[in-house]
Amino acid sequence: MATNPMHQFNVYRIGPEIKIDQIDISFTNASLFMVISSLIILIIFNLGSVKKNIIPNKIQLLAELSYSFISKMISDTAGSKGKPYFGFIFSLFMFVLFCNMLGMLPYAFTVTSHIIVTFVLAAFIFIGVTVIGFLKHGLGYLKLFVPSGVPIVLLPLIVVIEVISYLSRPISLSVRLFANMMAGHTMMKVFGGFVISLGLVGGWLPLGFSVALTGLEILVAFLQAYVFAILTCIYLNDALNLHH
Amino acid sequence: MHKKLVLYLFLSIIAFFSNVYGAESEGMPQLNPEFWVSQIFWLILTFGFLFVILSKFILPKISNNLELRKSQILENIETAEKQKIESENKIKEYETLINNSKNEARNYFNEARKKIIQDIDKKREKIEEEIDLEIRNAEKEIVELKKSSPEKINKIATETSAQLIKQLIGEEINNSSISAIVEDLSKKNKGKYYGN
Repeated sequence: MATNPMHQFNVYRIGPEIKIDQIDISFTNASLFMVISSLIILIIFNLGSVKKNIIPNKIQLLAELSYSFISKMISDTAGSKGKPYFGFIFSLFMFVLFCNMLGMLPYAFTVTSHIIVTFVLAAFIFIGVTVIGFLKHGLGYLKLFVPSGVPIVLLPLIVVIEVISYLSRPISLSVRLFANMMAGHTMMKVFGGFVISLGLVGGWLPLGFSVALTGLEILVAFLQAYVFAILTCIYLNDALNLHH
Repeated sequence: MHKKLVLYLFLSIIAFFSNVYGAESEGMPQLNPEFWVSQIFWLILTFGFLFVILSKFILPKISNNLELRKSQILENIETAEKQKIESENKIKEYETLINNSKNEARNYFNEARKKIIQDIDKKREKIEEEIDLEIRNAEKEIVELKKSSPEKINKIATETSAQLIKQLIGEEINNSSISAIVEDLSKKNKGKYYGN
Protein backbone atom coordinates (compact mmCIF):
# COMPACT_ATOMS: atom_id res chain seq x y z
CA MET A 1 0.00 0.00 0.00
CA ALA A 2 0.96 3.57 -0.48
CA THR A 3 2.56 5.36 2.38
CA ASN A 4 0.98 8.13 4.35
CA PRO A 5 0.81 11.30 2.17
CA MET A 6 1.64 13.35 5.23
CA HIS A 7 4.79 11.38 5.79
CA GLN A 8 6.76 13.73 3.55
CA PHE A 9 6.25 16.55 6.03
CA ASN A 10 7.93 14.72 8.89
CA VAL A 11 10.85 16.51 10.45
CA TYR A 12 13.66 14.33 11.74
CA ARG A 13 17.02 14.91 13.25
CA ILE A 14 20.13 14.67 11.12
CA GLY A 15 23.27 14.09 13.13
CA PRO A 16 23.61 14.57 16.88
CA GLU A 17 21.08 16.15 19.18
CA ILE A 18 22.00 19.75 19.99
CA LYS A 19 20.48 21.20 23.12
CA ILE A 20 20.94 24.57 24.71
CA ASP A 21 19.27 24.86 28.12
CA GLN A 22 16.90 21.99 27.44
CA ILE A 23 15.86 23.60 24.13
CA ASP A 24 16.29 21.31 21.15
CA ILE A 25 17.91 23.09 18.19
CA SER A 26 19.17 19.96 16.44
CA PHE A 27 20.04 20.04 12.77
CA THR A 28 17.05 18.51 10.93
CA ASN A 29 16.05 17.83 7.36
CA ALA A 30 14.20 21.17 7.43
CA SER A 31 17.42 22.89 8.46
CA LEU A 32 19.25 21.05 5.71
CA PHE A 33 16.92 22.37 3.03
CA MET A 34 17.03 25.90 4.42
CA VAL A 35 20.81 25.75 4.20
CA ILE A 36 20.70 24.27 0.68
CA SER A 37 18.27 26.94 -0.57
CA SER A 38 20.36 29.73 0.90
CA LEU A 39 23.55 28.32 -0.56
CA ILE A 40 22.01 27.88 -4.03
CA ILE A 41 20.72 31.45 -3.96
CA LEU A 42 24.10 32.76 -2.85
CA ILE A 43 25.98 30.74 -5.46
CA ILE A 44 23.68 31.76 -8.32
CA PHE A 45 23.68 35.44 -7.45
CA ASN A 46 27.37 35.49 -6.68
CA LEU A 47 28.13 33.96 -10.06
CA GLY A 48 25.71 36.45 -11.61
CA SER A 49 27.44 39.45 -10.09
CA VAL A 50 31.19 38.78 -10.38
CA LYS A 51 31.56 39.52 -14.07
CA LYS A 52 30.86 42.96 -15.44
CA ASN A 53 30.10 42.23 -19.06
CA ILE A 54 28.24 44.84 -21.05
CA ILE A 55 26.41 41.99 -22.74
CA PRO A 56 25.55 39.68 -19.85
CA ASN A 57 25.97 35.92 -19.97
CA LYS A 58 23.10 33.65 -18.96
CA ILE A 59 23.63 33.56 -15.22
CA GLN A 60 24.36 37.28 -15.09
CA LEU A 61 21.17 37.89 -17.04
CA LEU A 62 19.24 35.75 -14.55
CA ALA A 63 20.60 37.70 -11.60
CA GLU A 64 20.01 41.07 -13.22
CA LEU A 65 16.51 40.20 -14.39
CA SER A 66 15.60 39.04 -10.87
CA TYR A 67 17.07 42.25 -9.49
CA SER A 68 15.05 44.47 -11.79
CA PHE A 69 11.93 42.31 -11.30
CA ILE A 70 11.96 42.77 -7.51
CA SER A 71 13.09 46.36 -7.85
CA LYS A 72 10.15 47.14 -10.12
CA MET A 73 7.74 45.30 -7.82
CA ILE A 74 8.83 47.42 -4.85
CA SER A 75 8.76 50.71 -6.71
CA ASP A 76 5.32 49.86 -8.14
CA THR A 77 3.74 49.03 -4.80
CA ALA A 78 5.66 50.96 -2.16
CA GLY A 79 7.12 53.78 -4.25
CA SER A 80 10.60 55.24 -3.89
CA LYS A 81 10.40 55.12 -0.10
CA GLY A 82 10.52 51.32 -0.26
CA LYS A 83 14.06 51.30 -1.61
CA PRO A 84 15.87 50.77 1.71
CA TYR A 85 13.93 47.52 2.19
CA PHE A 86 14.95 46.13 -1.18
CA GLY A 87 17.53 43.76 0.30
CA PHE A 88 15.02 42.25 2.69
CA ILE A 89 12.26 41.81 0.09
CA PHE A 90 14.72 40.36 -2.37
CA SER A 91 16.07 37.84 0.17
CA LEU A 92 12.54 36.99 1.25
CA PHE A 93 11.29 36.37 -2.27
CA MET A 94 14.31 34.32 -3.23
CA PHE A 95 14.27 32.30 -0.01
CA VAL A 96 10.59 31.43 -0.32
CA LEU A 97 10.89 30.76 -4.06
CA PHE A 98 13.85 28.44 -3.70
CA CYS A 99 12.37 26.61 -0.71
CA ASN A 100 9.17 26.08 -2.73
CA MET A 101 11.03 25.00 -5.85
CA LEU A 102 13.42 22.66 -4.03
CA GLY A 103 10.36 21.04 -2.49
CA MET A 104 9.30 20.03 -6.00
CA LEU A 105 12.22 17.62 -6.27
CA PRO A 106 11.30 14.04 -5.38
CA TYR A 107 12.24 13.07 -1.82
CA ALA A 108 12.98 16.69 -1.04
CA PHE A 109 11.61 18.43 2.01
CA THR A 110 9.52 21.57 1.59
CA VAL A 111 10.55 24.08 4.22
CA THR A 112 7.62 26.38 3.50
CA SER A 113 5.06 23.62 4.03
CA HIS A 114 5.50 24.08 7.77
CA ILE A 115 3.25 26.61 9.42
CA ILE A 116 5.87 27.48 11.99
CA VAL A 117 8.35 28.60 9.33
CA THR A 118 5.89 30.71 7.37
CA PHE A 119 4.42 32.08 10.56
CA VAL A 120 7.79 33.22 11.85
CA LEU A 121 8.46 34.98 8.56
CA ALA A 122 5.00 36.57 8.52
CA ALA A 123 5.20 37.58 12.17
CA PHE A 124 8.59 39.14 11.61
CA ILE A 125 7.19 41.12 8.67
CA PHE A 126 4.11 42.13 10.66
CA ILE A 127 6.12 43.34 13.63
CA GLY A 128 8.67 45.04 11.40
CA VAL A 129 6.00 46.85 9.39
CA THR A 130 4.18 47.96 12.53
CA VAL A 131 7.39 49.27 14.07
CA ILE A 132 8.26 51.12 10.85
CA GLY A 133 4.75 52.60 10.73
CA PHE A 134 4.95 53.93 14.27
CA LEU A 135 8.48 55.22 13.76
CA LYS A 136 7.53 57.10 10.60
CA HIS A 137 4.16 58.50 11.65
CA GLY A 138 4.11 58.22 15.44
CA LEU A 139 0.63 57.77 16.81
CA GLY A 140 -0.68 59.03 13.46
CA TYR A 141 -0.16 55.52 12.21
CA LEU A 142 -3.38 54.64 14.04
CA LYS A 143 -5.20 56.61 11.34
CA LEU A 144 -4.71 53.49 9.25
CA PHE A 145 -7.70 52.06 11.11
CA VAL A 146 -9.89 55.07 10.36
CA PRO A 147 -10.61 55.20 6.64
CA SER A 148 -11.55 58.64 5.34
CA GLY A 149 -15.02 59.31 4.02
CA VAL A 150 -16.80 56.88 6.31
CA PRO A 151 -20.01 58.06 8.06
CA ILE A 152 -19.48 58.67 11.79
CA VAL A 153 -22.22 56.18 12.64
CA LEU A 154 -20.38 53.35 10.98
CA LEU A 155 -16.99 54.38 12.34
CA PRO A 156 -16.87 52.15 15.48
CA LEU A 157 -17.73 49.10 13.41
CA ILE A 158 -15.26 49.96 10.65
CA VAL A 159 -12.45 50.58 13.12
CA VAL A 160 -13.03 47.20 14.76
CA ILE A 161 -13.04 45.46 11.38
CA GLU A 162 -9.89 47.27 10.30
CA VAL A 163 -8.09 46.34 13.50
CA ILE A 164 -9.07 42.70 13.13
CA SER A 165 -8.00 42.62 9.50
CA TYR A 166 -4.71 44.26 10.43
CA LEU A 167 -4.04 41.78 13.21
CA SER A 168 -4.95 38.82 11.02
CA ARG A 169 -2.35 39.81 8.45
CA PRO A 170 0.42 37.56 9.76
CA ILE A 171 -2.00 34.64 10.00
CA SER A 172 -3.40 35.04 6.49
CA LEU A 173 0.06 35.62 5.07
CA SER A 174 1.57 32.54 6.71
CA VAL A 175 -1.41 30.23 6.26
CA ARG A 176 -1.72 31.11 2.58
CA LEU A 177 1.81 29.98 1.81
CA PHE A 178 1.81 27.00 4.13
CA ALA A 179 -1.60 25.69 3.00
CA ASN A 180 -0.77 26.05 -0.68
CA MET A 181 2.48 24.20 -0.29
CA MET A 182 1.07 21.45 1.87
CA ALA A 183 -2.03 20.98 -0.27
CA GLY A 184 -0.09 20.71 -3.49
CA HIS A 185 2.43 18.26 -2.15
CA THR A 186 -0.21 16.13 -0.49
CA MET A 187 -2.22 16.00 -3.72
CA MET A 188 0.81 14.92 -5.67
CA LYS A 189 1.60 12.26 -3.11
CA VAL A 190 -1.98 10.99 -3.18
CA PHE A 191 -2.05 10.77 -6.96
CA GLY A 192 1.37 9.14 -6.93
CA GLY A 193 -0.03 6.59 -4.49
CA PHE A 194 -2.99 5.97 -6.84
CA VAL A 195 -0.59 5.27 -9.70
CA ILE A 196 1.09 2.55 -7.66
CA SER A 197 -2.06 1.02 -6.22
CA LEU A 198 -3.98 0.96 -9.53
CA GLY A 199 -1.00 -0.52 -11.33
CA LEU A 200 -0.49 -0.93 -15.06
CA VAL A 201 -4.21 -1.13 -15.85
CA GLY A 202 -5.70 1.93 -14.17
CA GLY A 203 -2.62 3.87 -13.22
CA TRP A 204 -2.37 5.96 -16.36
CA LEU A 205 -5.09 8.44 -15.43
CA PRO A 206 -3.59 9.39 -12.06
CA LEU A 207 -0.18 9.45 -13.74
CA GLY A 208 -1.49 12.07 -16.17
CA PHE A 209 -2.94 13.98 -13.25
CA SER A 210 0.43 13.79 -11.52
CA VAL A 211 2.17 15.27 -14.55
CA ALA A 212 -0.37 18.07 -14.81
CA LEU A 213 -0.18 18.70 -11.07
CA THR A 214 3.59 18.95 -11.24
CA GLY A 215 3.27 21.79 -13.74
CA LEU A 216 0.60 23.42 -11.64
CA GLU A 217 2.70 23.08 -8.49
CA ILE A 218 5.70 24.73 -10.12
CA LEU A 219 3.41 27.60 -11.07
CA VAL A 220 2.01 27.73 -7.53
CA ALA A 221 5.52 27.63 -6.06
CA PHE A 222 6.47 30.74 -8.03
CA LEU A 223 3.12 32.43 -7.54
CA GLN A 224 3.09 31.97 -3.77
CA ALA A 225 6.59 33.34 -3.43
CA TYR A 226 5.51 36.32 -5.53
CA VAL A 227 2.32 36.80 -3.51
CA PHE A 228 4.26 36.59 -0.26
CA ALA A 229 6.72 39.21 -1.45
CA ILE A 230 4.15 41.53 -2.97
CA LEU A 231 1.93 41.42 0.13
CA THR A 232 4.97 42.33 2.17
CA CYS A 233 5.46 45.28 -0.18
CA ILE A 234 1.83 46.30 0.22
CA TYR A 235 2.03 46.16 4.02
CA LEU A 236 5.23 48.15 3.82
CA ASN A 237 3.48 50.67 1.61
CA ASP A 238 0.77 51.10 4.26
CA ALA A 239 3.45 51.83 6.82
CA LEU A 240 5.50 54.16 4.61
CA ASN A 241 2.80 56.14 2.84
CA LEU A 242 -0.22 56.61 5.05
CA HIS A 243 -2.99 57.04 2.50
CA HIS A 244 -6.15 56.91 4.56
CA MET B 1 -13.91 33.53 6.48
CA HIS B 2 -13.98 31.89 3.11
CA LYS B 3 -10.32 30.96 3.30
CA LYS B 4 -10.70 29.45 6.73
CA LEU B 5 -13.61 27.35 5.58
CA VAL B 6 -11.59 26.05 2.64
CA LEU B 7 -8.68 25.28 4.91
CA TYR B 8 -10.92 23.44 7.35
CA LEU B 9 -12.41 21.37 4.54
CA PHE B 10 -8.95 20.65 3.25
CA LEU B 11 -7.65 19.57 6.64
CA SER B 12 -10.55 17.21 7.07
CA ILE B 13 -9.79 15.66 3.67
CA ILE B 14 -6.18 15.26 4.73
CA ALA B 15 -7.28 13.64 7.95
CA PHE B 16 -9.50 11.29 5.97
CA PHE B 17 -6.63 10.27 3.72
CA SER B 18 -4.37 9.85 6.71
CA ASN B 19 -6.83 7.45 8.26
CA VAL B 20 -7.25 5.54 5.01
CA TYR B 21 -3.59 5.24 4.13
CA GLY B 22 -1.47 5.36 7.22
CA ALA B 23 -1.60 2.55 9.66
CA GLU B 24 0.86 4.59 11.69
CA SER B 25 -1.38 7.68 11.27
CA GLU B 26 0.10 10.60 13.12
CA GLY B 27 -1.99 13.58 11.86
CA MET B 28 -0.20 16.68 10.60
CA PRO B 29 3.51 16.70 11.36
CA GLN B 30 3.32 20.49 11.06
CA LEU B 31 1.39 20.66 14.32
CA ASN B 32 3.91 18.59 16.21
CA PRO B 33 5.88 21.14 18.26
CA GLU B 34 8.86 18.86 18.82
CA PHE B 35 11.11 20.63 16.29
CA TRP B 36 9.47 24.08 16.22
CA VAL B 37 12.24 25.76 18.12
CA SER B 38 14.85 24.08 15.98
CA GLN B 39 13.10 25.22 12.81
CA ILE B 40 12.80 28.79 14.08
CA PHE B 41 16.44 28.78 15.11
CA TRP B 42 17.69 27.48 11.77
CA LEU B 43 15.33 29.72 9.82
CA ILE B 44 16.65 32.81 11.58
CA LEU B 45 20.20 31.60 11.12
CA THR B 46 19.99 30.74 7.42
CA PHE B 47 17.70 33.59 6.41
CA GLY B 48 19.74 36.07 8.40
CA PHE B 49 22.91 34.81 6.78
CA LEU B 50 21.29 34.97 3.34
CA PHE B 51 19.96 38.47 3.97
CA VAL B 52 23.27 39.83 5.23
CA ILE B 53 25.37 38.34 2.43
CA LEU B 54 22.90 39.34 -0.28
CA SER B 55 22.34 42.91 0.83
CA LYS B 56 25.94 43.63 1.91
CA PHE B 57 27.91 42.00 -0.87
CA ILE B 58 25.92 40.68 -3.81
CA LEU B 59 23.07 43.12 -4.46
CA PRO B 60 25.31 46.22 -4.48
CA LYS B 61 27.48 44.51 -7.09
CA ILE B 62 24.47 43.71 -9.28
CA SER B 63 23.10 47.23 -8.97
CA ASN B 64 26.59 48.56 -9.75
CA ASN B 65 26.73 46.41 -12.86
CA LEU B 66 23.33 47.63 -13.97
CA GLU B 67 24.26 51.28 -13.41
CA LEU B 68 27.56 50.77 -15.18
CA ARG B 69 25.85 49.25 -18.17
CA LYS B 70 23.26 52.03 -18.28
CA SER B 71 25.89 54.78 -18.15
CA GLN B 72 28.08 53.01 -20.67
CA ILE B 73 25.20 52.56 -23.09
CA LEU B 74 24.26 56.23 -22.67
CA GLU B 75 27.86 57.23 -23.35
CA ASN B 76 27.97 55.04 -26.40
CA ILE B 77 24.74 56.57 -27.67
CA GLU B 78 26.16 60.06 -27.14
CA THR B 79 29.35 59.30 -29.01
CA ALA B 80 27.35 57.64 -31.75
CA GLU B 81 25.23 60.77 -32.13
CA LYS B 82 28.31 62.99 -32.21
CA GLN B 83 29.86 60.84 -34.87
CA LYS B 84 26.65 60.87 -36.83
CA ILE B 85 26.59 64.68 -36.83
CA GLU B 86 30.26 64.76 -37.82
CA SER B 87 29.70 62.40 -40.68
CA GLU B 88 26.72 64.43 -41.84
CA ASN B 89 28.88 67.55 -41.90
CA LYS B 90 31.54 65.69 -43.81
CA ILE B 91 28.94 64.58 -46.35
CA LYS B 92 27.79 68.19 -46.78
CA GLU B 93 31.38 69.37 -47.31
CA TYR B 94 31.93 66.63 -49.79
CA GLU B 95 28.78 67.54 -51.69
CA THR B 96 29.68 71.24 -51.89
CA LEU B 97 33.15 70.27 -53.07
CA ILE B 98 31.73 68.05 -55.75
CA ASN B 99 29.28 70.75 -56.89
CA ASN B 100 32.01 73.39 -57.10
CA SER B 101 34.25 71.17 -59.11
CA LYS B 102 31.39 70.27 -61.42
CA ASN B 103 30.69 73.98 -62.02
CA GLU B 104 34.35 74.65 -62.69
CA ALA B 105 34.53 71.79 -65.12
CA ARG B 106 31.47 73.11 -66.92
CA ASN B 107 32.97 76.60 -67.16
CA TYR B 108 36.22 75.22 -68.52
CA PHE B 109 34.34 73.22 -71.07
CA ASN B 110 32.22 76.19 -72.19
CA GLU B 111 35.25 78.47 -72.56
CA ALA B 112 37.11 75.90 -74.55
CA ARG B 113 34.13 75.41 -76.82
CA LYS B 114 33.78 79.16 -77.41
CA LYS B 115 37.46 79.45 -78.28
CA ILE B 116 37.29 76.55 -80.65
CA ILE B 117 34.19 77.89 -82.33
CA GLN B 118 35.84 81.31 -82.78
CA ASP B 119 38.95 79.71 -84.18
CA ILE B 120 36.94 77.66 -86.59
CA ASP B 121 34.96 80.74 -87.70
CA LYS B 122 38.13 82.76 -88.34
CA LYS B 123 39.75 80.00 -90.31
CA ARG B 124 36.59 79.43 -92.32
CA GLU B 125 36.33 83.12 -93.19
CA LYS B 126 39.94 83.16 -94.35
CA ILE B 127 39.47 80.07 -96.43
CA GLU B 128 36.25 81.41 -97.90
CA GLU B 129 37.99 84.62 -98.88
CA GLU B 130 40.77 82.67 -100.56
CA ILE B 131 38.24 80.52 -102.32
CA ASP B 132 36.37 83.62 -103.54
CA LEU B 133 39.59 85.08 -104.87
CA GLU B 134 40.45 81.92 -106.72
CA ILE B 135 36.95 81.66 -108.12
CA ARG B 136 37.13 85.24 -109.35
CA ASN B 137 40.52 84.63 -110.99
CA ALA B 138 39.24 81.49 -112.60
CA GLU B 139 36.19 83.34 -113.91
CA LYS B 140 38.39 86.06 -115.37
CA GLU B 141 40.56 83.45 -117.06
CA ILE B 142 37.48 81.77 -118.44
CA VAL B 143 36.16 85.04 -119.78
CA GLU B 144 39.50 85.80 -121.42
CA LEU B 145 39.65 82.32 -122.79
CA LYS B 146 36.16 82.72 -124.22
CA LYS B 147 37.14 86.01 -125.86
CA SER B 148 40.32 84.66 -127.40
CA SER B 149 39.16 81.22 -128.32
CA PRO B 150 37.28 81.98 -131.65
CA GLU B 151 40.27 83.78 -133.09
CA LYS B 152 42.59 80.96 -132.11
CA ILE B 153 40.20 78.37 -133.44
CA ASN B 154 39.87 80.26 -136.67
CA LYS B 155 43.63 80.51 -136.94
CA ILE B 156 44.06 76.80 -136.22
CA ALA B 157 41.29 76.00 -138.68
CA THR B 158 42.91 78.14 -141.36
CA GLU B 159 46.31 76.57 -140.81
CA THR B 160 44.87 73.07 -140.71
CA SER B 161 42.81 73.58 -143.85
CA ALA B 162 45.83 75.12 -145.60
CA GLN B 163 47.88 72.11 -144.77
CA LEU B 164 45.05 69.75 -145.75
CA ILE B 165 44.68 71.45 -149.07
CA LYS B 166 48.40 71.35 -149.61
CA GLN B 167 48.47 67.65 -148.91
CA LEU B 168 45.45 66.90 -151.00
CA ILE B 169 46.08 69.03 -153.98
CA GLY B 170 49.72 69.82 -153.68
CA GLU B 171 49.26 73.51 -154.31
CA GLU B 172 49.52 76.46 -151.99
CA ILE B 173 46.49 78.60 -151.72
CA ASN B 174 46.40 82.10 -150.43
CA ASN B 175 45.92 82.21 -146.66
CA SER B 176 43.61 85.16 -146.80
CA SER B 177 41.02 83.40 -148.96
CA ILE B 178 41.02 80.38 -146.66
CA SER B 179 40.62 82.51 -143.52
CA ALA B 180 37.75 84.36 -145.18
CA ILE B 181 35.93 81.08 -145.76
CA VAL B 182 36.69 79.88 -142.18
CA GLU B 183 35.37 83.08 -140.67
CA ASP B 184 32.32 82.80 -142.80
CA LEU B 185 31.71 79.23 -141.57
CA SER B 186 32.39 80.05 -137.95
CA LYS B 187 29.92 82.92 -138.11
CA LYS B 188 27.32 80.61 -139.54
CA ASN B 189 27.85 78.01 -136.88
CA LYS B 190 28.23 80.36 -133.95
CA GLY B 191 26.77 78.87 -130.77
CA LYS B 192 27.07 75.39 -132.13
CA TYR B 193 30.47 74.62 -130.53
CA TYR B 194 30.53 76.76 -127.40
CA GLY B 195 27.18 76.02 -125.99
CA ASN B 196 26.93 79.41 -124.28
